[in-house]
Amino acid sequence: MCTNIVERTNVSGGGRGAQGWFTLAEVSVSYDHPFHVQLEHALNIDFTNEAAGVGARVAVELTLESAKELARALKAAVDRADQYEATGYA
Amino acid sequence: MPGTTDQYEGMIAETIRIPGHNGDRIHAYYAHPIGPGPFPSVVWLHHFPGWDEWSKETARKLAYHGYATLAPDLYCRDGHGAPEDMAARVRANGGVPDAQVVGDAAACRDFLRSQPNSNGKVGVTGTCSGGRHAVLAASCAPGYNALIDFWGGGVVVRPEDLTAMRPVAPVDYTKDLDCPILGIFGNDDRAPTPEQVDIHEAELKKHGKTYEFHRYDGAGHGFFYYDRPQAYRAEQAVDGWRKVLDFFQRNLGN
Repeated sequence: MCTNIVERTNVSGGGRGAQGWFTLAEVSVSYDHPFHVQLEHALNIDFTNEAAGVGARVAVELTLESAKELARALKAAVDRADQYEATGYA
Repeated sequence: MPGTTDQYEGMIAETIRIPGHNGDRIHAYYAHPIGPGPFPSVVWLHHFPGWDEWSKETARKLAYHGYATLAPDLYCRDGHGAPEDMAARVRANGGVPDAQVVGDAAACRDFLRSQPNSNGKVGVTGTCSGGRHAVLAASCAPGYNALIDFWGGGVVVRPEDLTAMRPVAPVDYTKDLDCPILGIFGNDDRAPTPEQVDIHEAELKKHGKTYEFHRYDGAGHGFFYYDRPQAYRAEQAVDGWRKVLDFFQRNLGN
Protein backbone atom coordinates (compact mmCIF):
# COMPACT_ATOMS: atom_id res chain seq x y z
CA MET A 1 0.00 0.00 0.00
CA CYS A 2 2.92 2.29 0.63
CA THR A 3 4.76 1.02 -2.44
CA ASN A 4 1.61 0.32 -4.47
CA ILE A 5 3.22 -2.92 -5.67
CA VAL A 6 0.52 -5.58 -5.56
CA GLU A 7 -0.60 -8.33 -7.93
CA ARG A 8 -3.78 -10.34 -7.47
CA THR A 9 -5.20 -13.44 -9.05
CA ASN A 10 -7.78 -16.09 -8.31
CA VAL A 11 -6.63 -19.54 -7.28
CA SER A 12 -8.22 -22.91 -6.63
CA GLY A 13 -6.96 -25.14 -3.88
CA GLY A 14 -6.71 -25.30 -0.14
CA GLY A 15 -4.67 -23.62 2.55
CA ARG A 16 -4.16 -24.10 6.25
CA GLY A 17 -4.67 -20.96 8.29
CA ALA A 18 -5.12 -20.11 11.94
CA GLN A 19 -8.50 -21.85 12.00
CA GLY A 20 -7.40 -24.94 10.04
CA TRP A 21 -7.89 -25.84 6.43
CA PHE A 22 -10.04 -23.73 4.14
CA THR A 23 -10.75 -23.38 0.43
CA LEU A 24 -8.53 -20.83 -1.27
CA ALA A 25 -10.07 -18.30 -3.63
CA GLU A 26 -7.56 -15.49 -4.13
CA VAL A 27 -3.89 -14.74 -3.73
CA SER A 28 -2.26 -11.35 -3.50
CA VAL A 29 1.45 -10.81 -3.92
CA SER A 30 2.81 -7.50 -2.73
CA TYR A 31 6.13 -5.86 -2.07
CA ASP A 32 5.41 -3.64 0.89
CA HIS A 33 5.76 -3.35 4.65
CA PRO A 34 5.56 -6.78 6.32
CA PHE A 35 4.01 -7.43 9.72
CA HIS A 36 6.42 -9.96 11.13
CA VAL A 37 9.76 -10.22 9.35
CA GLN A 38 12.18 -7.48 10.34
CA LEU A 39 12.46 -5.76 6.98
CA GLU A 40 11.25 -2.41 5.72
CA HIS A 41 9.75 -4.14 2.69
CA ALA A 42 9.13 -7.81 2.01
CA LEU A 43 7.59 -9.94 -0.71
CA ASN A 44 4.27 -10.73 0.93
CA ILE A 45 2.03 -13.54 -0.26
CA ASP A 46 -1.50 -13.78 1.12
CA PHE A 47 -3.65 -16.74 0.18
CA THR A 48 -7.21 -15.85 1.12
CA ASN A 49 -10.88 -16.60 0.76
CA GLU A 50 -12.59 -13.27 1.24
CA ALA A 51 -16.02 -14.85 1.27
CA ALA A 52 -14.97 -17.01 4.22
CA GLY A 53 -13.99 -14.03 6.35
CA VAL A 54 -11.00 -11.81 6.87
CA GLY A 55 -9.26 -14.43 9.01
CA ALA A 56 -9.20 -16.95 6.17
CA ARG A 57 -5.62 -16.10 5.23
CA VAL A 58 -2.32 -17.90 4.88
CA ALA A 59 0.44 -15.33 5.05
CA VAL A 60 4.06 -15.53 3.97
CA GLU A 61 6.65 -12.75 4.14
CA LEU A 62 9.89 -13.32 2.24
CA THR A 63 13.08 -11.45 1.53
CA LEU A 64 13.23 -10.33 -2.08
CA GLU A 65 16.06 -12.74 -2.83
CA SER A 66 14.26 -15.73 -1.36
CA ALA A 67 11.11 -14.73 -3.25
CA LYS A 68 13.10 -14.90 -6.48
CA GLU A 69 14.29 -18.36 -5.52
CA LEU A 70 10.72 -19.40 -4.74
CA ALA A 71 9.58 -18.11 -8.14
CA ARG A 72 12.32 -20.16 -9.79
CA ALA A 73 11.37 -23.29 -7.86
CA LEU A 74 7.67 -22.77 -8.55
CA LYS A 75 8.29 -22.37 -12.27
CA ALA A 76 10.51 -25.47 -12.35
CA ALA A 77 7.95 -27.59 -10.50
CA VAL A 78 5.11 -26.36 -12.70
CA ASP A 79 7.09 -27.13 -15.85
CA ARG A 80 7.81 -30.67 -14.63
CA ALA A 81 4.16 -31.13 -13.61
CA ASP A 82 3.02 -30.06 -17.08
CA GLN A 83 5.40 -32.59 -18.61
CA TYR A 84 4.20 -35.30 -16.26
CA GLU A 85 0.56 -34.62 -17.11
CA ALA A 86 1.34 -34.70 -20.82
CA THR A 87 3.64 -37.71 -20.96
CA GLY A 88 3.41 -39.58 -17.67
CA TYR A 89 7.08 -38.78 -17.06
CA ALA A 90 8.48 -35.80 -15.18
CA MET B 1 -0.56 17.45 30.26
CA PRO B 2 1.55 15.60 32.81
CA GLY B 3 1.51 17.55 36.03
CA THR B 4 3.10 17.15 39.42
CA THR B 5 2.72 13.93 41.36
CA ASP B 6 0.06 15.39 43.66
CA GLN B 7 -2.27 16.32 40.80
CA TYR B 8 -5.11 14.13 39.62
CA GLU B 9 -4.79 12.73 36.15
CA GLY B 10 -6.95 10.36 34.18
CA MET B 11 -8.14 9.53 30.75
CA ILE B 12 -10.84 7.59 28.97
CA ALA B 13 -9.79 5.49 26.00
CA GLU B 14 -12.56 3.67 24.20
CA THR B 15 -14.05 2.72 20.87
CA ILE B 16 -16.83 4.96 19.65
CA ARG B 17 -18.78 5.17 16.40
CA ILE B 18 -19.11 8.38 14.48
CA PRO B 19 -20.48 9.34 11.07
CA GLY B 20 -17.47 9.46 8.75
CA HIS B 21 -17.16 10.21 5.05
CA ASN B 22 -20.57 10.18 3.34
CA GLY B 23 -22.17 9.68 6.74
CA ASP B 24 -20.93 6.08 6.99
CA ARG B 25 -20.81 4.91 10.60
CA ILE B 26 -17.18 4.09 11.36
CA HIS B 27 -15.30 3.07 14.46
CA ALA B 28 -12.81 5.41 16.07
CA TYR B 29 -10.58 5.06 19.10
CA TYR B 30 -11.11 8.04 21.36
CA ALA B 31 -8.44 8.68 23.98
CA HIS B 32 -9.02 11.85 25.92
CA PRO B 33 -8.07 13.40 29.25
CA ILE B 34 -10.70 13.60 31.96
CA GLY B 35 -11.53 17.07 33.15
CA PRO B 36 -13.17 20.34 32.24
CA GLY B 37 -10.40 21.34 29.86
CA PRO B 38 -10.26 23.20 27.67
CA PHE B 39 -8.27 20.57 25.80
CA PRO B 40 -6.64 20.73 22.37
CA SER B 41 -7.36 17.83 20.03
CA VAL B 42 -5.64 15.64 17.47
CA VAL B 43 -6.95 13.50 14.64
CA TRP B 44 -4.60 10.52 14.56
CA LEU B 45 -4.51 8.55 11.29
CA HIS B 46 -3.16 5.04 11.65
CA HIS B 47 -0.34 3.61 9.57
CA PHE B 48 -0.50 0.97 6.86
CA PRO B 49 -0.43 -1.99 9.34
CA GLY B 50 -3.80 -0.80 10.48
CA TRP B 51 -5.75 0.24 13.52
CA ASP B 52 -3.38 -1.69 15.70
CA GLU B 53 -1.89 -1.72 19.17
CA TRP B 54 0.84 0.79 18.37
CA SER B 55 -1.67 3.22 16.90
CA LYS B 56 -3.94 3.02 19.92
CA GLU B 57 -1.00 3.26 22.29
CA THR B 58 0.11 6.44 20.57
CA ALA B 59 -3.39 7.86 20.87
CA ARG B 60 -3.15 7.28 24.62
CA LYS B 61 0.29 8.90 24.70
CA LEU B 62 -1.13 12.03 23.12
CA ALA B 63 -4.03 11.96 25.59
CA TYR B 64 -1.52 11.70 28.43
CA HIS B 65 0.04 14.88 27.12
CA GLY B 66 -3.32 16.62 27.18
CA TYR B 67 -4.71 16.07 23.68
CA ALA B 68 -8.14 14.61 23.08
CA THR B 69 -7.19 12.19 20.34
CA LEU B 70 -9.50 10.48 17.89
CA ALA B 71 -8.14 7.71 15.67
CA PRO B 72 -10.59 6.50 13.03
CA ASP B 73 -10.45 2.94 11.74
CA LEU B 74 -9.73 3.81 8.13
CA TYR B 75 -10.32 0.18 7.12
CA CYS B 76 -13.70 -0.05 8.87
CA ARG B 77 -15.67 -0.39 5.65
CA ASP B 78 -13.52 -3.34 4.53
CA GLY B 79 -14.65 -5.58 7.37
CA HIS B 80 -13.45 -6.58 10.81
CA GLY B 81 -10.92 -9.02 12.13
CA ALA B 82 -7.37 -9.01 13.43
CA PRO B 83 -5.66 -5.72 12.46
CA GLU B 84 -3.05 -7.58 10.40
CA ASP B 85 -5.70 -9.50 8.46
CA MET B 86 -7.57 -6.28 7.79
CA ALA B 87 -4.41 -4.53 6.62
CA ALA B 88 -3.61 -7.48 4.36
CA ARG B 89 -7.07 -7.27 2.83
CA VAL B 90 -6.75 -3.54 2.23
CA ARG B 91 -3.25 -4.04 0.83
CA ALA B 92 -4.58 -6.59 -1.63
CA ASN B 93 -7.29 -4.14 -2.70
CA GLY B 94 -4.78 -1.36 -3.36
CA GLY B 95 -5.52 0.73 -0.29
CA VAL B 96 -8.43 2.97 0.64
CA PRO B 97 -9.64 5.90 -1.48
CA ASP B 98 -8.00 9.23 -0.66
CA ALA B 99 -11.31 11.08 -0.73
CA GLN B 100 -12.74 8.69 1.84
CA VAL B 101 -9.83 9.25 4.22
CA VAL B 102 -10.10 13.01 3.85
CA GLY B 103 -13.80 12.77 4.70
CA ASP B 104 -13.24 10.49 7.68
CA ALA B 105 -10.55 12.81 9.05
CA ALA B 106 -12.74 15.89 8.61
CA ALA B 107 -15.56 14.13 10.46
CA CYS B 108 -13.18 13.38 13.34
CA ARG B 109 -11.96 16.98 13.36
CA ASP B 110 -15.50 18.32 13.56
CA PHE B 111 -16.42 15.81 16.28
CA LEU B 112 -13.44 16.87 18.39
CA ARG B 113 -14.04 20.57 17.91
CA SER B 114 -17.68 20.20 18.92
CA GLN B 115 -16.86 18.70 22.34
CA PRO B 116 -17.74 21.02 25.22
CA ASN B 117 -14.25 20.81 26.72
CA SER B 118 -12.43 21.47 23.42
CA ASN B 119 -10.26 24.56 23.12
CA GLY B 120 -11.28 24.74 19.48
CA LYS B 121 -7.90 23.77 18.09
CA VAL B 122 -7.43 20.49 16.22
CA GLY B 123 -4.31 19.01 14.67
CA VAL B 124 -3.97 16.09 12.31
CA THR B 125 -1.15 13.60 12.07
CA GLY B 126 -0.17 10.05 11.26
CA THR B 127 2.78 7.83 10.45
CA CYS B 128 3.69 6.02 7.23
CA SER B 129 0.56 5.98 5.02
CA GLY B 130 -1.06 7.94 7.85
CA GLY B 131 1.50 10.71 7.34
CA ARG B 132 0.52 10.90 3.70
CA HIS B 133 -3.14 10.83 4.66
CA ALA B 134 -2.60 13.63 7.17
CA VAL B 135 -1.03 15.81 4.47
CA LEU B 136 -4.02 15.10 2.25
CA ALA B 137 -6.52 15.70 5.03
CA ALA B 138 -5.11 19.11 5.92
CA SER B 139 -4.72 20.15 2.29
CA CYS B 140 -8.06 18.99 0.92
CA ALA B 141 -10.34 19.87 3.83
CA PRO B 142 -8.87 23.01 5.37
CA GLY B 143 -9.70 23.82 8.97
CA TYR B 144 -6.97 22.18 11.03
CA ASN B 145 -4.61 24.17 13.23
CA ALA B 146 -1.51 21.98 12.83
CA LEU B 147 -0.27 19.11 10.71
CA ILE B 148 2.50 16.61 11.42
CA ASP B 149 3.73 14.31 8.68
CA PHE B 150 5.66 11.35 10.06
CA TRP B 151 7.60 9.91 7.10
CA GLY B 152 4.60 9.76 4.82
CA GLY B 153 5.54 7.95 1.62
CA GLY B 154 3.78 8.79 -1.61
CA VAL B 155 3.40 12.52 -0.98
CA VAL B 156 5.50 13.08 -4.09
CA VAL B 157 4.28 10.75 -6.83
CA ARG B 158 5.13 10.18 -10.46
CA PRO B 159 2.10 10.71 -12.75
CA GLU B 160 2.28 7.09 -13.92
CA ASP B 161 1.88 5.90 -10.32
CA LEU B 162 -1.43 7.70 -9.72
CA THR B 163 -4.46 5.44 -9.39
CA ALA B 164 -8.22 5.82 -9.21
CA MET B 165 -7.99 5.68 -5.42
CA ARG B 166 -5.05 8.07 -5.35
CA PRO B 167 -5.73 10.37 -8.29
CA VAL B 168 -3.62 13.37 -7.25
CA ALA B 169 -0.18 13.58 -5.64
CA PRO B 170 -0.63 15.16 -2.18
CA VAL B 171 2.23 17.56 -2.87
CA ASP B 172 0.13 19.08 -5.64
CA TYR B 173 -2.36 20.29 -3.04
CA THR B 174 0.29 22.25 -1.14
CA LYS B 175 -1.08 25.63 -2.15
CA ASP B 176 -4.33 24.78 -0.30
CA LEU B 177 -2.70 23.93 3.02
CA ASP B 178 -3.81 26.44 5.64
CA CYS B 179 -1.94 25.37 8.78
CA PRO B 180 1.68 24.93 9.90
CA ILE B 181 3.30 21.59 9.10
CA LEU B 182 5.99 19.69 10.97
CA GLY B 183 7.79 16.93 9.08
CA ILE B 184 9.72 14.09 10.75
CA PHE B 185 11.87 12.05 8.37
CA GLY B 186 14.74 9.58 8.37
CA ASN B 187 17.53 10.19 5.91
CA ASP B 188 17.83 6.47 5.16
CA ASP B 189 14.15 6.17 4.27
CA ARG B 190 13.17 5.11 0.76
CA ALA B 191 9.51 6.12 1.05
CA PRO B 192 9.91 9.05 1.19
CA THR B 193 13.44 9.44 -0.07
CA PRO B 194 15.40 12.53 1.01
CA GLU B 195 15.00 13.79 -2.56
CA GLN B 196 11.22 13.50 -2.31
CA VAL B 197 11.31 15.35 1.01
CA ASP B 198 13.33 18.06 -0.77
CA ILE B 199 10.61 18.38 -3.41
CA HIS B 200 7.91 18.63 -0.74
CA GLU B 201 9.90 21.24 1.14
CA ALA B 202 10.51 23.28 -2.02
CA GLU B 203 6.79 23.28 -2.72
CA LEU B 204 6.00 24.49 0.80
CA LYS B 205 8.58 27.23 0.43
CA LYS B 206 7.27 28.22 -2.99
CA HIS B 207 3.78 28.74 -1.60
CA GLY B 208 4.97 30.57 1.52
CA LYS B 209 3.75 27.93 3.97
CA THR B 210 4.89 27.69 7.58
CA TYR B 211 6.86 24.49 7.96
CA GLU B 212 9.56 22.75 10.00
CA PHE B 213 11.22 19.66 8.58
CA HIS B 214 13.48 17.57 10.79
CA ARG B 215 15.60 14.96 9.07
CA TYR B 216 17.45 12.38 11.10
CA ASP B 217 20.70 10.71 10.15
CA GLY B 218 21.00 7.03 10.93
CA ALA B 219 17.25 6.53 10.73
CA GLY B 220 15.01 5.05 8.08
CA HIS B 221 11.30 4.40 7.77
CA GLY B 222 9.34 4.10 11.00
CA PHE B 223 12.10 4.90 13.44
CA PHE B 224 9.63 5.54 16.29
CA TYR B 225 8.40 1.92 16.16
CA TYR B 226 10.01 0.35 19.22
CA ASP B 227 8.30 -2.94 18.36
CA ARG B 228 10.20 -3.07 15.04
CA PRO B 229 13.82 -3.54 16.16
CA GLN B 230 15.23 -3.14 12.66
CA ALA B 231 13.55 0.27 12.34
CA TYR B 232 13.66 1.70 15.86
CA ARG B 233 16.21 4.38 16.62
CA ALA B 234 15.89 5.36 20.24
CA GLU B 235 17.92 8.56 20.22
CA GLN B 236 16.23 9.95 17.13
CA ALA B 237 12.79 8.89 18.35
CA VAL B 238 13.21 10.59 21.71
CA ASP B 239 14.28 13.80 20.03
CA GLY B 240 11.48 13.49 17.51
CA TRP B 241 8.84 13.12 20.21
CA ARG B 242 10.15 16.27 21.89
CA LYS B 243 9.77 18.18 18.66
CA VAL B 244 6.29 16.78 18.09
CA LEU B 245 5.00 17.73 21.53
CA ASP B 246 6.61 21.16 21.31
CA PHE B 247 5.03 21.79 17.90
CA PHE B 248 1.59 20.74 19.07
CA GLN B 249 1.91 22.84 22.22
CA ARG B 250 2.84 25.93 20.22
CA ASN B 251 0.09 25.48 17.66
CA LEU B 252 -2.71 23.81 19.60
CA GLY B 253 -2.11 24.82 23.19
CA ASN B 254 -4.40 27.09 25.19
